[in-house]
Amino acid sequence: MLEQQLLNALTLGSVYALFALGFTLVFGVLAVINLAHGAVFMVGSYAALAMVSHLNAPLWVAMLGAMLGSGIVGLLVDVLILKPLRARNAPHLAPMIATIGVGIMLTSSAQGLFGAEVLRFPEDILPAGEFLVGDVHVRALEIAIVAIAFLLMAVLFVTLKRTQLGRALRAIAESPKAAYLLGINVEGLFHVTSFVTAALGGIAGVLIGLNFNAITPQMGQPMLHKGIAVIILGGMGDIRGALIGGLFLGFAEVISKAYLSSQMGDAVAFGLLFLILLVRPSGLFGRKLERKA
Amino acid sequence: MEWFNDFWSTYSTLVFTVGVHALLALSIWLTLSCGLLSLANAAFMGVGAYVAALLTVNLEWSFPAVLLAGAVTPALVALLIGAPVLRLSGVYLAMATLAFGEVVRITILNLEITGGPEGLNGIPLITEGWHIVLILAVTIYSLARLRRSKIGRAFEAIKEDEIAARLMGINVDRYKLLAFTLGAFIAGLAGALNAHFTFFISPREYGFENAVDILTMAVLGGTTTLIGPMLGGTILTLLPELLRSLHDFRSLVNGAVLILVVLFLPKGIWEPRRIRAFFGRNKGDQA
Repeated sequence: MLEQQLLNALTLGSVYALFALGFTLVFGVLAVINLAHGAVFMVGSYAALAMVSHLNAPLWVAMLGAMLGSGIVGLLVDVLILKPLRARNAPHLAPMIATIGVGIMLTSSAQGLFGAEVLRFPEDILPAGEFLVGDVHVRALEIAIVAIAFLLMAVLFVTLKRTQLGRALRAIAESPKAAYLLGINVEGLFHVTSFVTAALGGIAGVLIGLNFNAITPQMGQPMLHKGIAVIILGGMGDIRGALIGGLFLGFAEVISKAYLSSQMGDAVAFGLLFLILLVRPSGLFGRKLERKA
Repeated sequence: MEWFNDFWSTYSTLVFTVGVHALLALSIWLTLSCGLLSLANAAFMGVGAYVAALLTVNLEWSFPAVLLAGAVTPALVALLIGAPVLRLSGVYLAMATLAFGEVVRITILNLEITGGPEGLNGIPLITEGWHIVLILAVTIYSLARLRRSKIGRAFEAIKEDEIAARLMGINVDRYKLLAFTLGAFIAGLAGALNAHFTFFISPREYGFENAVDILTMAVLGGTTTLIGPMLGGTILTLLPELLRSLHDFRSLVNGAVLILVVLFLPKGIWEPRRIRAFFGRNKGDQA
């Protein structure tokens, strides 16, 4: 029984981590709390669903399409909204409030286009295999979800650590002004970051949509809250923290749902988040925050 | 007067809601005026609404006592969590208050006495128009006085530059706590009033979306004056009614308004200086 729960926790946790990675990367590079990230997640799952059911696309094509679609949404938000705000040197709350507006618009568009009811992927396109490892029922779907999530995270890590692009991004995270003076195309990389993080959010939406096989316009909201919990747990802007925080939240949630009550599972995440903020606002692995006057 | 009776029987709830939203917008204006972005006001409203409704239904307290309890309880909660939470600033404070709001919502959802997800039904309809008008008037008067007082100037100093304010000898922590607690007081009052004309309350009304709605009212109206937030609250209450024909796309407009205001009216709709400048220039043209 415990092993079964641990497998569930790993599946959920890996997707939470993937979602939170994008969220934290936006904060690290653009210094924006992107409160539309939950809605972008939802857009990803609807995009995949639309491609599967209307274009009869195979699942992997739908996944790529979902990444592309949600990535374009992220790019548009950056070009149309965040860029003018940057140009004006708006106070840091302005972009956050604007992304709330984007989230509302996306959610309400999805509701208008697809209806408020729960939509599902057709059963026959899901990987159907299931096998026993010891006492644990392992669904092929879960293996695929964990594999895809970790593969994407690995690609992201290697890109950030080993490539010129990653080094440039980390330079911007340290100081956009210094990076600009070093000849880095800061605006271009802001666009790249917005596209990539939104694409990661979108694929996370497809994976969660597949795992529970339920897609609603409101599915982004609880995910956004979990994302916030994860990046605060791991330290805002901290890539490694988002990975560990995401997995941790997956385990904390599944275990408390199994051994406490199903509703309290959510409260545990937020209670934990609240505590962390009080005790260690810089996150579990964060450096001490410099006070900027 | 017949047209008025017709109008009132159809729209009294809407008018009441405008008043309550104006109060909520003022509650977040107060915390914003001290430079604090708190997303806990919806939760404080919920605490006030539930405390007030439970006192009316179970203990049959008189209405003034109920209103007072509905305002004081969230203020006490704010006082308790304020000391640790207000050490955080900027987005961290926003996130912490958001998390607190979720904890409150989920707690209400799981308690026996609050009726859980079904909410509380059958709250007597006690709130009358003059209650809201009176409370709103007293609140506006008090806030206007507060603004011009030592406290209001301290809030403004903290908002503009916290470190400079501290160096000038302002007790920053205490003033922040005051702003946070007073904001919770007004939000709780709004919740208590609201519960007694809607007949029914549920945890769904006090979540993240509602916190964002309250913030939107203040941002839309502008926070440089007291009129701004109330104007924002009124517009955002009436807008969905005017847009009924859009059905599911209705809230699309809310989102668009939020974005457009942030992009093009960073100080909100009601900004005296800009309005004066606008009319001043018109006069100049005519002369």
